[in-house]
Amino acid sequence: MPTLTLIEHNGTVHQVTGEIGQSVMQAAMFASVPGIQGDCGGACSCATCHAYVDDQWQVRMPEAESTEADMLEYAVGRRATSRLTCQLVMSEALDGLVLHLPESQY
Amino acid sequence: MSLASVVIVGAGQAGFQVATSLRQAGYDGRISLIGDEPGLPYQRPPLSKAYLLGKIGATNLLFRPEKFYTEQRIELRHDRVTAIDRQNRRVLLEGGEALTYDHLVLATGAHNRPLPVPGAELDGVFGIKTMADADTLAPLAKQARNVVVIGAGFIGLEFAAVAASMGSSVHVLELGDRPMARAVSREMSELFSQAHRRWGVHLDFRQGLTRVIGDNGRVTGVETSDGRTLAADLVVFGIGVIPNVQLASEAGLDIANGIKVDANLLTSDLHISAIGDVACFPCLQNDEQPTRLESVQNAVDQGRTVAARLMGKPAPYSALPWFWTDQGDMKLQIAGLSSGYDSTVVVGSMGSAQVSVLCFRGDQLIAVESCNRPGDHMAARKILARPPQLSPTEAAATDFDLKAWEAANRD
Repeated sequence: MPTLTLIEHNGTVHQVTGEIGQSVMQAAMFASVPGIQGDCGGACSCATCHAYVDDQWQVRMPEAESTEADMLEYAVGRRATSRLTCQLVMSEALDGLVLHLPESQY
Repeated sequence: MSLASVVIVGAGQAGFQVATSLRQAGYDGRISLIGDEPGLPYQRPPLSKAYLLGKIGATNLLFRPEKFYTEQRIELRHDRVTAIDRQNRRVLLEGGEALTYDHLVLATGAHNRPLPVPGAELDGVFGIKTMADADTLAPLAKQARNVVVIGAGFIGLEFAAVAASMGSSVHVLELGDRPMARAVSREMSELFSQAHRRWGVHLDFRQGLTRVIGDNGRVTGVETSDGRTLAADLVVFGIGVIPNVQLASEAGLDIANGIKVDANLLTSDLHISAIGDVACFPCLQNDEQPTRLESVQNAVDQGRTVAARLMGKPAPYSALPWFWTDQGDMKLQIAGLSSGYDSTVVVGSMGSAQVSVLCFRGDQLIAVESCNRPGDHMAARKILARPPQLSPTEAAATDFDLKAWEAANRD
C-alpha cells in the first residue's frame, strides 16, 4: 500500500498509508490529518482539500485535468505546486509522495 | 457558559460536522452523536450518481473510519430519539436510556416526500435517500429496461443520467414546465433539457402520474395524467423532501417549514440549536426571509457556526449558499440563490455546454450558475460574498470574462 507524508503548516509530520484507488484527500481524512477539509466530499466542487506538492515530487506528478486546474485558480494561497487532493489517486507511482498543507484549511 | 455535554440528534452531514468542529476547536466535554441508520456516518450526494455507477465504493462514502470516533471521543449511537425533555435537558432514546445535555443540536434532516398515488408501495418503486436505498436500487438499475423517473429535480435528473448511461430507456415526468425549476434559471434548465435529450432521456413536462401499475406486487408501468400508460420495470421518484420536525414539534419548539431558528441558528429554546436540511433560518442572501436549504454547504457551514458559538465565538450565520449537481458529463455549480431573478446574462456558448448564467434582480447580481466552468463558479463565490457589485450592463459586454472581472475588482 502506498504511503504519503503530509506536513502541516506548523511542521507536524504525518505518515499516511492509503489504498490504491483511494483519493489522497480521503486517505488523509481517514488518518485524521488536520488541514484537509474536503467539504464537497471529493466532487471537485469546493477547493478545500488543497495541498502543495513537495518540490522533489513536482516533476513526477500527473497533470491536473481542466476542472481541477480551474478550481485551483481560486484556492486560497495558490502556488505553482498546488493540487486538489481529491483528484490525486493513490497508486504505486505516488508511493512516498510528500505534500505540504496550507494554513488556510484549519 | 460551561458545557459538559453536547448531544447531537442526526448523524448526517450537519450532525457529523458539529461533532468534528467542536473537537477541532478544543471542546473537551462529552459529545453524543445519535443516528438511526446502521453503520458509520456517510455522505449522501454520491448515492444518486457515482455510488450507483460503482465509481465509489461504500467505504469511500464514509466521512471517517470507525477509529476516528474513538480517538476523538465522539460517542456514536445507533438509536432513535423518541422525545426531548426540555425541563430536565435530556433526550429519551428508543432503547430506554436518557441522555442529559447542556446543549442539544437538532440535525434531523428530511425524508423523501412520498409518491401520492395508488401503487406507490409496489416493488420497484424507489426514492433515494439512504445508502440502503441505493444498495437496493443499484442492481435493479443495471438490469432495468424501462425506467420512469418522477420529478425533474437534481436527484431525479442525476438518476435519469445514470440510468440512460446504463442503457435503459428513461422517461421523466415533471409537473412543472422545465427541469430544476426551483433552483436554476430558464436558460440553465434549457441547457440541461437539451443534454438529457442528447443522452436519450425522454422529458415529459406538465405531466404527472395518476397511478403506478403492477403485477404480482411488482411495478410494470405508470399511468400519466393525460391517460397514457408507460411501461416501467423501475420507477424512481424525487419530488422533494419533508423536514423531520416531529421531535422538535412535540417538544413545543417553534416550527415553520422546518425548525425555526434565529440568525445564530438557535431554536426558541436557548439550549437547543437546529442545523442543516431541517433548519429554517433567516437567510442573508434571501432578504433575511425564513429559508430552508437542502445542501452539503449549508449543513457544513451551519455545523461550523454552531460549534464556534458553543466554543464562545458566536456569529450570525451568513455563509454564501452554493450547490452542485453532476449529470452525465455536465457539472453544474451554483453560487447564490436565484429565486426572484428578473434578468440574466449568459457568458459562454450554449452550444459548447460551457456556460455561466448570471442572475440579476434589478441591478444586483444574486446568483451565478456555471456548467462546466468551475473557474467561473469560484470567481462567482468571491464576487457574491462581498461588494463591489457587478452590474448587468458590465456583464453584458462582448467578451465579458467573469474570472478577469473578479481579479480586477479584488480587494
